[in-house]
Amino acid sequence: MPIVAALLSIAGLAGVAVAAPILVARRVNWATPAVYGASLAFAAVLLLSGLLALLGGSAFQGNVHLPIGLPWIGAHFALDPLGAAFLVIVDFGAVVASFYAIGYGAHEEEPGRVLPFYPAFLAGMNLVVLSADAFGFLVAWEFMSLSSWALVMAHHHDAENRRAGYVYLLMASFGTLMLLLAFGLLAGPDGGYAFASIRAAGHAPWLSGLVLVLMLLGAGSKAGLVPLHVWLPLAHPAAPSHVSALMSGVMTKVAVYGFIRVVFDLAGEPAWWWAVVVLILGAGSAVLGVLHAVLQRDLKRLLAYSTVENVGIVFIGLGLGLAFKTNDMAGAAALAVTAAIFHAFNHSLFKSLLFFGAGNVLTGAGERDIEKLGGLVHRMPETAYLFLGGCLAISALPPLNGFVSEWLILQAILISPDLPQWALRFLIPASGAMLALAAALAAACFVRAFGITFLSRPRSPAAETAREVGRWQIRAMYALLAVCLVAGIFPGPFLDALSPVSQMLVGGAMPKQPLLPHLAIIPISESRSSYSGFLVFFFILMANWAAIRVIHNFASRAVRRAPPWDCGFPDASPATQYTADSFAQPVRRVFGPIAFRAKVSQTMPPPGDLAPARLTLSLRDLIWEFIYEPLEGAVLYAAERLNVLQFLTIRSYLSLVFAALVLLLVLVATWA
Amino acid sequence: MGLILAILVQGLQMVLVLALAPGLVGFTRKVKARLLRRRGPSILQPYRDLLRLVRKEAVLADNASWLFRNAPYLIFATTWVAAALVPTFAAGLHFSWAADLIAITALLGSARFFLALAGMDIGTAFGGIGSSREMLFATLAEPAMIMIVFTVALVAGSTQLSTVAEFMVDHGTLRVSLGLALIGLIIVALTENARVPVDNPATHLELTMVHEAMVLEYSGRHLAVIELAAALKLLLYISLIACIFTPWGIARQDDGLLGMTLGVVTWVGKLAVGGFLMVVFETAIAKMRVFRVPEFVGGALMLGFLGTLLLFVSRSF
Repeated sequence: MPIVAALLSIAGLAGVAVAAPILVARRVNWATPAVYGASLAFAAVLLLSGLLALLGGSAFQGNVHLPIGLPWIGAHFALDPLGAAFLVIVDFGAVVASFYAIGYGAHEEEPGRVLPFYPAFLAGMNLVVLSADAFGFLVAWEFMSLSSWALVMAHHHDAENRRAGYVYLLMASFGTLMLLLAFGLLAGPDGGYAFASIRAAGHAPWLSGLVLVLMLLGAGSKAGLVPLHVWLPLAHPAAPSHVSALMSGVMTKVAVYGFIRVVFDLAGEPAWWWAVVVLILGAGSAVLGVLHAVLQRDLKRLLAYSTVENVGIVFIGLGLGLAFKTNDMAGAAALAVTAAIFHAFNHSLFKSLLFFGAGNVLTGAGERDIEKLGGLVHRMPETAYLFLGGCLAISALPPLNGFVSEWLILQAILISPDLPQWALRFLIPASGAMLALAAALAAACFVRAFGITFLSRPRSPAAETAREVGRWQIRAMYALLAVCLVAGIFPGPFLDALSPVSQMLVGGAMPKQPLLPHLAIIPISESRSSYSGFLVFFFILMANWAAIRVIHNFASRAVRRAPPWDCGFPDASPATQYTADSFAQPVRRVFGPIAFRAKVSQTMPPPGDLAPARLTLSLRDLIWEFIYEPLEGAVLYAAERLNVLQFLTIRSYLSLVFAALVLLLVLVATWA
Repeated sequence: MGLILAILVQGLQMVLVLALAPGLVGFTRKVKARLLRRRGPSILQPYRDLLRLVRKEAVLADNASWLFRNAPYLIFATTWVAAALVPTFAAGLHFSWAADLIAITALLGSARFFLALAGMDIGTAFGGIGSSREMLFATLAEPAMIMIVFTVALVAGSTQLSTVAEFMVDHGTLRVSLGLALIGLIIVALTENARVPVDNPATHLELTMVHEAMVLEYSGRHLAVIELAAALKLLLYISLIACIFTPWGIARQDDGLLGMTLGVVTWVGKLAVGGFLMVVFETAIAKMRVFRVPEFVGGALMLGFLGTLLLFVSRSF
């Protein structure tokens, strides 16, 4: 039974987490490879169980009920198609990250602050996916949050990281509180906390609606939906790079899993306005996330903002799925939901790849600020090659995998004029435009990220003396790139594998993807649209090869090296190159006034004055300003008012307690 | 037998687009020269230029990387594949199901991605400015293109270009949404091909240039391949407009040799008319400042969006 193997592996991960501090305390020099190696082995077992349960059908799925946890509930675990799909996403990321960390972890200065929490974090994420009762789910969720918080705080000497940890802790507690309320509502007064009994109980429409809102706040804050994303670009870059990869690539997917589990599986029949809310949040996150990403100078923060974008794309898919599900369009809903989950999988691949690349740059050049990098393609050729692959995939360019999932979401949008609700009919084309805009901006963002970091001339001595990293890191990245390519050119089997998931969630599935004759994928029917990643890849390869052959054989293949041309005035100083900020300037100028209220002001001294001219740029984070600052103010204000309560006499406290008791009793009396 | 024939037709298309693309550029240059009362070079001049460039040695900057050397071939390959998938003289090409219009747009996006990276490889100010602006234009032109694809796909019920072309031949009528899409597509085509109101294909050494700035460091065979790719892109866009909006004369799957010949003749005619109209438009208008371009391309995005929205309201628009 895969589920038993999975639970045993989670216990194994917990065991590794307990053993790690002992190894570190004894200063064993093989502690790092041992911990990551053991995590890798357990994650591999979990990955296999997930694959078996997903592909093997119901024979390999199942439930387990253990007598631990709360006495009258016990602990329920289940491995169903949805859980299995996300188990695969989580543990593929975990396997590769552990492999990467065997090499990367050697550079860690304080392994004691990372090694114990890493397997605990993996165990927490897996437990969320396997839990089948509200109590276990929440405990696992909180466990995941706290262990990842500890990893964010690993490099706590940096004040910025401490602040990131603080904001993360606040947002994570807020999110868990919202989930707690959501499950409380779902379980009802009888306390049916097991998912099976929640599913069996009918829920009033207002209750389901409230649960959706709470889930958007709770799971959405963990996934990084705008406007709850503020912690994400702070916390994800603060952690060590393999943990950043897990947080951005995998933990956000666990949040997506929580959202799907509750909203599609537990909360009952959706109403059409659910789709409106989800689509607006998804489209907003997609565009705002990538607009922030284009302007970032910190490579890891740029990647974190791009995660916000991709989570937005996943939620656009889920919103479409909800819209089709309420209108009983099972085929279309299956397309949208499959596309969303496939994009979640794809994103976990290329985001891990990119974070690993950023980790390599950090080890090799010791720098995250792309303004101080450049020319790394010469010093770190393999990292450059692999990072380029990740950039192509995340920019949704064929023949890689990012394109396939976004293409499927666009195809789902094209079916939506059949929807009866007018609000959806107006909103869906708009979110389609937002999705296309986000994809195009992502391309600009990653041309900038790759071009400034790896191409052009080194902008600092650190970049000039950068060194390629070890083979563990490089091999982990090759594995990810290979899967990106396979998922891009043979997407059919991946979509087929997801069909039990969509069957379970929306009661329909995409048409079975034909292996032959063309390896093409078909969202609805062959006459509407089809795409064959394999043929596109093959044609590009052949055309490329033919062009090179023909030119080299029949024309010249002579090469001469010379100084750059640059219109006849090449300048040796690297300061004359385009910088990251100058590359982003046109985008900032076009989108900045709306999105960030960007203002540029110049002060020019009068002629003859030797004072320097100044150019100041102000960008405002409107979400922080209009949501979080007033909130912070309100909390401070309330705290100051309530401060009085701290200095009362014992009589006043006793009367307060008495008054509270009476009030509660009155409430209970009127309720019953 | 049918399969071999289908593959032959597909191969013919691939060879034809490649062979005609420089001719189209030569033709537009000739017409432009005539409109400016110059005599202009021969229509065959682009072929001669390509041959000359291919035979020369390639001069690479000292710090050019492998990406810089490989990018021209990748750009050419993706553009050629995209051009091969647009129905030009015959609909229902054998491999047309391999990629729909969205995928063709994305393939051109891949070409642009590599071109922009190549522009940044040497680390000169010109390359960077070109890449940065190219990507800015693309951030608006690509969504505009997707919205236009939506409009067309909602009318024709498919994103497959062959199906669209056949639908337009059989059931094509005048529609508001298609009108909006046509104007939008023309704006996108002018932007993507770096034509006059957006960029000047004849300019060098000017800060307003975009496309030419990116390829400034290229020479010899690399430059030839990039120029050929640019010519292919122009041919692709004119063929695309022709295939969606004036598909008449396009050969069907079961048409014989005569139909094919007719298809080729009408297609070449359409290319000539399209190129001519483009040049007349170019001669009549002045180039825009760079930061006017987003408004221009944003207009295409709005038109495409409006077209899609109208079709979401009612299929009869």
